[in-house]
Amino acid sequence: MATRPTERVGVRPMASDLPAPYADLLDLAVGGGLLVASLVTLLCAYRVVRGPTVPDRVVALDTISTNVVAIAVLFALSTNRGFFVDVSIVLAIIGFISTIAVARYVTEGDIIDE
Amino acid sequence: MSELAIARALLTTALVVVGSAFLLIGTIGLLRLPNVYNRMHATSKAATLGATSIFLAGVVHFGPQGAGLVSLVGIVFLYITAPTGAHMISRAARKMGVRFLPGVYWPRKDTENWIDAEATRDGDEHGGEATSDDADSTDD
Repeated sequence: MATRPTERVGVRPMASDLPAPYADLLDLAVGGGLLVASLVTLLCAYRVVRGPTVPDRVVALDTISTNVVAIAVLFALSTNRGFFVDVSIVLAIIGFISTIAVARYVTEGDIIDE
Repeated sequence: MSELAIARALLTTALVVVGSAFLLIGTIGLLRLPNVYNRMHATSKAATLGATSIFLAGVVHFGPQGAGLVSLVGIVFLYITAPTGAHMISRAARKMGVRFLPGVYWPRKDTENWIDAEATRDGDEHGGEATSDDADSTDD
């Protein structure tokens, strides 16, 4: 990776010998994936707001966290920066801990009991 | 070398498209299915598969070291945490007394005492006795 750019130029500099149509296809797919994932995350907010019960909202928030993890990986693909994958790992950990915390709070009435 | 780059780009494209489709399917299930258990069925499998496919795209794109290895760790982490979280939420929903759909039973230890479908449909003390019932079976 000797020709690593300093500014954002898409996935194109990943392989300088990648022909232009394939790089365009990859750019299109990653951009479309980002669009779909963002739209889907927005749609999950409907279930968060209108969920009849509390577990519905928790499930929707869990789905939002999974979608945000996918968005972070897609952003890493889009900008060709690998450390956004680390960001997605951290987001997955936070989403899991928050889901467990809410489930335990609903079930036991307390998050950390001895 | 150029063929390898083309194959990687095509594989990344395919994995991103498949992952986005699975994310979309999971969210449609979350919005359209009738019950919290059914919604969990859609999200905990389809959305996890979508995120896994996008992680695999990251593995293909970034190579087997560095960020690609972190993507593999992310797949393992998702496969561990998503069923655990769904199990915890479903147990919480069960203990809160969220009703099943008509005709859906909770399996008991002794199969003679399965909850009747009619009692499940029109008995309102179902959640309460479920709480007392699996308090001794799940919390040791």
